[in-house]
Amino acid sequence: MSILVNKNSKIICQGITGNQGSFHTEQCIEYGTRVVAGVTPGRGGSEHLGVPVYDTMRNAVAATGADVSMIYVPPPFAADAILEAADAGVALIVCITEGIPVNDMVKVKSALRDFDCRLIGPNCPGIITPDECKIGIMPGFIHKKGRIGVVSRSGTLTYEAVYQTTTNGLGQTTCIGIGGDPVRGMNFIDCLELFEADPATDGIIMVGEIGGTDEEAAAEFIQSNVSKPVVAYIAGVTAPPGKRMGHAGAIIAGGKGTAEDKFKALDAAGVATVRSPAELGNKMQEILAT
Amino acid sequence: MNLHEYQSKRLFAEYGIPVPRGIPAGSPNEAVKAAQELGGALWVVKAQVHAGGRGKAGGVKLAKSMDEVREHARGMLGKRLVTHQSGPDGLPVNVVYVEQGSDIDRELYLSMLVDREVNRVSFIASAAGGMDIEKVAEETPEKIFSVAVAPDAGLQDYQARQLAFGLGLDKKQMRQFGDLVQRLYRLYLDSDASLIEVNPLITTKSGDIVALDGKINIDGSALFRQPQIGAMRDSSQEDDAEREAAEHDLNYVSLDGNIACMVNGAGLAMATMDLIKLHGGDPANFLDVGGGATAERVAEAFKLVLSNDKVAAILVNIFGGIVRCDLIAEGIITAVKEVGVSVPVVVRLEGTNVEKGRALLADSGLDIIAADDLTDAAKKSVAAAG
Repeated sequence: MSILVNKNSKIICQGITGNQGSFHTEQCIEYGTRVVAGVTPGRGGSEHLGVPVYDTMRNAVAATGADVSMIYVPPPFAADAILEAADAGVALIVCITEGIPVNDMVKVKSALRDFDCRLIGPNCPGIITPDECKIGIMPGFIHKKGRIGVVSRSGTLTYEAVYQTTTNGLGQTTCIGIGGDPVRGMNFIDCLELFEADPATDGIIMVGEIGGTDEEAAAEFIQSNVSKPVVAYIAGVTAPPGKRMGHAGAIIAGGKGTAEDKFKALDAAGVATVRSPAELGNKMQEILAT
Repeated sequence: MNLHEYQSKRLFAEYGIPVPRGIPAGSPNEAVKAAQELGGALWVVKAQVHAGGRGKAGGVKLAKSMDEVREHARGMLGKRLVTHQSGPDGLPVNVVYVEQGSDIDRELYLSMLVDREVNRVSFIASAAGGMDIEKVAEETPEKIFSVAVAPDAGLQDYQARQLAFGLGLDKKQMRQFGDLVQRLYRLYLDSDASLIEVNPLITTKSGDIVALDGKINIDGSALFRQPQIGAMRDSSQEDDAEREAAEHDLNYVSLDGNIACMVNGAGLAMATMDLIKLHGGDPANFLDVGGGATAERVAEAFKLVLSNDKVAAILVNIFGGIVRCDLIAEGIITAVKEVGVSVPVVVRLEGTNVEKGRALLADSGLDIIAADDLTDAAKKSVAAAG
């Protein structure tokens, strides 16, 4: 089992003919992901990477029955691409694009309430169910099918957690990078809820970072709704206030969003926190062994 | 990207938001000319820097004569203003804003930003204006009023009323305020702002509402569609290294320690800083070379971290996913040779082609300290920095 995506997921890539879209879609196909179509306005009727290209998402979905969209469209057009995917009726939208204006995402977030679909990202590595389906830019080979669900706001820190759980043999059910933007689709709570309900997931690794209060909300949720062990790490203890640390959402503003506050909330909720990201895998193994 | 007060107020005026009349000046003579043009008997000379807390730092001064205008302008221009937000080195004052004096009755607070809990643009208002709003929020949260705007419906009149009643405005002021917040909301959206702050928003003795201060931050991701605002950038207010980094598409933030970090990915870069601290060291910077780190970028990154002469050791931490470790290793070797690195370099590589990458480093003949994992890397860099 897994959450959100599996070997039956049928994927359309929006922006498939662009540099990024082309490169990463090829990697996804190589991994075994069922990419069934691409969409680039004006390129309909052609073929790219061995899959048909359509002008619109509606046409692509109608022709292929795809249920997931993976977006590599450049930032000025990405908000539009997300809403086009939603309108075409896919169940899951994974937006990799970094640098979408925040006010665009405010509108998207509000408009998505009219649709029955989930959004992962933007500004994220994507989602992977090892050996079944890779949607995004993560290196496939570090993953291993197994017992742990991983959810993280950071790309490379997700890879650390994945690599550690692969090395120690635990493996992963599904890994989700929810992205580093302040306004985004799925949040920690949405993922925790799905992992809790997934029978194959025995433990959850959660990687947060400074900015916002989503980790605090997650802590509260875990306390009353999650029975499985959760190991958490928060990046940015040494980050100065008021400075954006790479990610648009990684900023301590108005005294809110410090790593210490997040650690405190998670500790209070009984979550096993680690102060070093190098300990995520071992901590989980230790807990599952007892 | 941040705007100066005078730039923000120019935008306010364009949107019909009441501001005192003012003229920016780059020299004491210009300041006097500005004051003469404004007329009246009271002026305010305000240092234009990208930091709050100017008043307490001597960056906002009242003048009752042309001599005083000149004197204050001379005292500010060409100097660096140190405020509690500017950092210890302060920020250069290249422009002063000369404004007509205002007849203040009450000082209020008003700001707008995206509330991340509800994913909407929110207004925050408080009757405790001119004060540090974070302190007000902490000590007297009941004095803070906020409303979140639904993007499709826009700002509603009842929301403006909620804020206005909270601020204790009279009937005439309430009408003015309702108009003002609608205009601010339009400006916020049109300019792709990430923050608009009016602190203080004042009521005058004649009962009108005026934006006495103005601060606008613009969402950097939206600058592609804001050419006019982009042209207002004042890079003299930015950290040299951070500006240099941005030009090379690197994410860099200067810190106070002596161990430089070079990492791919923002989260891992923060975690690397934390690990250095955890093992008794102090990071000199945050640096994310990005997911697609190339040899050239690595070389640029080396130059950048070495521009800080406090640096006593460099920790390179790369998790090669899509990028191959052997390519990164080649980049490090080229950079160390080209740039002439004179401090110890600790390298931790993991991921695609890691063995090849490690072998390249080991055979390079360069003095590079290889680390096995995250913890080892942090410990070795702390030891190397002494």
